Amino acid sequence: MAIHIKSAADIEKMRVAGQVVARVHALMAEMIKPGVTTAELDRAARELIEAAGGTPSFLGYHGYPASICASIGPEVVHGIPSDRVLQEGEIVSIDVGAYIDGFHGDAAVTYPVGAISDELAALIEASERAFQAGYAQARAGNRVGDISAAIQASIEGDGYGVVRYYGGHGIGRLMHEDPSVPNYGEPGTGARLQPGMTLAVEPMLTLGSPETRELEDGWTVVTVDGSPAAHYEHTILITDGDAEILTQLPES
Amino acid sequence: MAKKDVIEVEGKVTEPLPNAMFRVELDNGHEVLAHISGKLRMHYIRISPGDRVRVELSPYDLTRGRITYRLRA
Repeated sequence: MAIHIKSAADIEKMRVAGQVVARVHALMAEMIKPGVTTAELDRAARELIEAAGGTPSFLGYHGYPASICASIGPEVVHGIPSDRVLQEGEIVSIDVGAYIDGFHGDAAVTYPVGAISDELAALIEASERAFQAGYAQARAGNRVGDISAAIQASIEGDGYGVVRYYGGHGIGRLMHEDPSVPNYGEPGTGARLQPGMTLAVEPMLTLGSPETRELEDGWTVVTVDGSPAAHYEHTILITDGDAEILTQLPES
Repeated sequence: MAKKDVIEVEGKVTEPLPNAMFRVELDNGHEVLAHISGKLRMHYIRISPGDRVRVELSPYDLTRGRITYRLRA
């Protein structure tokens, strides 16, 4: 499969989808507190996306039964929303995608539920730092491996585990396009980045061993040792300068 | 939504190693070091030399894998 370079018109549509995803995250940040269920978050996300004229990218994707992924504690990714009530001191990773006018946006953030331990707060900070490290390499002329290696160095430098079997990806008309953007790798390898490429860059890291397994539901990915995990993702547009983060609200 | 990035291959266990690791000779002739998945461990499925197994590999590191299934002999 080839890498799709987006036209100016495509990019405009990806900005629209990205902004809806960003608005969902703003809503999630407001709603997440002790006592709320992940099913309530899922319903609110779906309503916002549909009110904006889109459809949730995840709903029905290979049979996925919900609009967001809500992964609590040792769940790394692809946690299915349920009547599970969020408890003070937990962390929950919310991953959401919106499909509007032929294009997808995709972003994930790990949120604290109420007050959390310093250890968990540091893990969340490290997830964002890992994204920023990858983002700094995401410019035309560099290669995918430069992003991957920077993310790996950031996570391992902070003393956390790099989740290997899941990673970032190209995104556009399809949610998962080429190239794969792993969270580990060698600088100077992989596809060369060009203006107009759109990528979902998404470090996933664990407090303990990075080994994961899938639960019987066929989706939820958890750490084998039960250690907590964090996830941070944005959809970005490669340019000749700094990449544009499509799934971020303009600074007010 | 994170993309699952694994290659599934089959092979034969050639040697048990410490820490529930195994040396596996793949059908394509390559050899990998593989640990056993949590699910196999949970169900106490024993892996012995000579067993045919399914192995998941990351496309970016083809020397290490994870045994996810013991195939019937």
